[in-house]
Amino acid sequence: MIELRQIHKTFNAGRENEFHALTGIDLQLPAECVTALRGPSGSGKTTLLSIIGCLARPTSGRVRLLERDISGLPERFLTEVRRRTFGFVFQQFNLISGLSASENVMLPAYPLGGDRQALQARAEQLLAGLRLAHRRTTRVELLSGGEQQRVAIARALINEPPVIIADEPTANLDTALAMEFMAIIEELAGTGRTVLLSSHDPLLVESSLVKRVVDMRDGRIVHPAVPAGAGR
Amino acid sequence: MPVSRPSHLALGLLCCCSALFAVSLVDAARLRQQRAGSGQEMLALVRQLQLTDLCLFTEARYTRHPSQADLHSAFQDHPLALEHFPSGSLLLPPATLSGHHERLDRETEVPD
Amino acid sequence: MNVWIEKQKYLIDFTLASLARRKAKNLGLLLVYSLIVFLLASVMLFTHALRQAANELLAGAPEIVLQRMVAGRHDLIPPGYLERIARLRGVLEKQGRLWGYYYDPVVKANYTFMVADDRLLAPGTLVVGAGLARTRGVAPGNLISFRAYSGKLFTFSIADILPAKSELVSADLVLLGEADFRAFFDIPPGHYTDITLRVANPLEVRNIASKLAQQFPDSRPILREEILRTYDSIFSWREGIVLALATLALLAFAILAWEKASGLSADERREIGILKAIGWDTGDVLRMKFWEGAMLSLSAFLLGYLAAYLHVFHFSASLLAPVLKGWAVLYPRFELSPVIDGLQVTTLFFFTVFPYAAATLVPIWRAAISDPDAVMRG
Repeated sequence: MIELRQIHKTFNAGRENEFHALTGIDLQLPAECVTALRGPSGSGKTTLLSIIGCLARPTSGRVRLLERDISGLPERFLTEVRRRTFGFVFQQFNLISGLSASENVMLPAYPLGGDRQALQARAEQLLAGLRLAHRRTTRVELLSGGEQQRVAIARALINEPPVIIADEPTANLDTALAMEFMAIIEELAGTGRTVLLSSHDPLLVESSLVKRVVDMRDGRIVHPAVPAGAGR
Repeated sequence: MPVSRPSHLALGLLCCCSALFAVSLVDAARLRQQRAGSGQEMLALVRQLQLTDLCLFTEARYTRHPSQADLHSAFQDHPLALEHFPSGSLLLPPATLSGHHERLDRETEVPD
Repeated sequence: MNVWIEKQKYLIDFTLASLARRKAKNLGLLLVYSLIVFLLASVMLFTHALRQAANELLAGAPEIVLQRMVAGRHDLIPPGYLERIARLRGVLEKQGRLWGYYYDPVVKANYTFMVADDRLLAPGTLVVGAGLARTRGVAPGNLISFRAYSGKLFTFSIADILPAKSELVSADLVLLGEADFRAFFDIPPGHYTDITLRVANPLEVRNIASKLAQQFPDSRPILREEILRTYDSIFSWREGIVLALATLALLAFAILAWEKASGLSADERREIGILKAIGWDTGDVLRMKFWEGAMLSLSAFLLGYLAAYLHVFHFSASLLAPVLKGWAVLYPRFELSPVIDGLQVTTLFFFTVFPYAAATLVPIWRAAISDPDAVMRG
């Protein structure tokens, strides 16, 4: 589904603080699979996720999505691709405070200009599915950490993207909430979604949920990705 | 059934304000008609009394009758006297005044 | 098309929700902004209507006024001038006017005394302007005393009060008979304050004026067109009140714009990053901010303008009166006939709405074109 070839990413190129975040990544991500990027902080996981999710462009290399080269697309089309393909769950959740839970969930759909009633219904359905129906009109900064993350997940799902990208999703959660998150991801994977995680939390990475682990260190993939579990 | 949304409310309010703006134009026409009578009355008075100015500032000669003032009115007491009436700062000296003095300048160009 | 409208409505929804988060600040901003528009629009509507009124009313002013100047001061027209003017061709009618000023120490106000020939006022009676009657508190039939410059006390009875609706031209007038006037100001017979002329052919006015100037080198003709021009430029942009207000307004806008330009807080920056990360493109963010500026400045313009309209034409510009009044005690009460200049309103619209919209958009532009992956790093 997603194919990366010789991806390099250099920050502050040509300056004193030049930093090579990624050096020659080759990776293939099959559809409908839960993949985890594992590695210590600074290993380039987040940068790689950004590039896969079209949030950033690689310095060099090619990204192919569904057999289509998207590395050279202008910003508008890239945004369009991102909107249709990816749902993001950020480490800091990145909800917009001051807005209600359901408003936050609907935000990614605003530029599409669909019917408001239908959108509202979908947002409420998503929130209800994540046991947040009673919180839908609450302003997000008043929610607990776990609730905030579930709002972020609902937001990632509103445009029904085939790929969910989650950056260190359990870093800000206690064990119980992390288990809960994993249950949700399991359910999503069950509906045929591709899930891409980055984490160094063994609880998540070593769980049966993750079908494939990619180890990263210093901007490289350490060894060829092997299926973690006995699965496909 | 329209959903109640802030954008509807705001656009509605803006429409209301725009409508009021239109109403203000209509109201202006109505008032103009209503006040035309007193305008005629004033015009008659201006003709009858041969008035030359509006009675806006009654504090000084040159502001009560700016059109009848000369360049010196404001400095009647002393050529360098400072203006001491606020309305003097609201009005420029009539532009036509300097014209008269220009002519005077030209006439006196040849030294006697 | 429908999708486009729906999308704009979503953007407005969002911008309103984000405005509502800083309710006090944004309401304050709207209030200050409306106030600026209100002040500017008040002055604009008032001066324009006043200029228009002056134009209409002073069309009835005499075609030529002849003043005599002595040492840079107005002086009385001595006997003989009127007769000499009669010999000028093209003069239809000439009349010596008698008028002057009187300071009334009782109420500390200046009055304009004037002889009204055709009113046939009985000796010892006056007709006064409505403003004067109000300030001095007199009614028809009352007696009123003035001490003349000579020191003598004169007592008059008020025969009538000029209609209140004519205060704009007559608030401070005291009309009296010629004999009374001469006695009061001690002006010998044959002398006049100035001379008014009516000219048969309007095209001849300038000719006659230059003939007058030649024939009476000590005098100064004032043409009606000059009077009209004086009032045409009254309250032009250079004049005190307008200049002061315009400067204030400009400063206020500069502060607003500066606050907007430099005040893109880290929070706002982060928010834009989030929006971009979840699928908004640069254009969406800019459109959203455009709506914010447009909604705010448009409502401020409409509110300010409507308030100004009510203020000037329904409440007689009562807030401007103290400014116009200055030290004067006597101020006319008048209702202006609303004349609205479309061009002026449009100019006001552009000068108030656009700078603000631009000031909101420019800083956003810089934030909006940044890469969205910054949010990934928290």
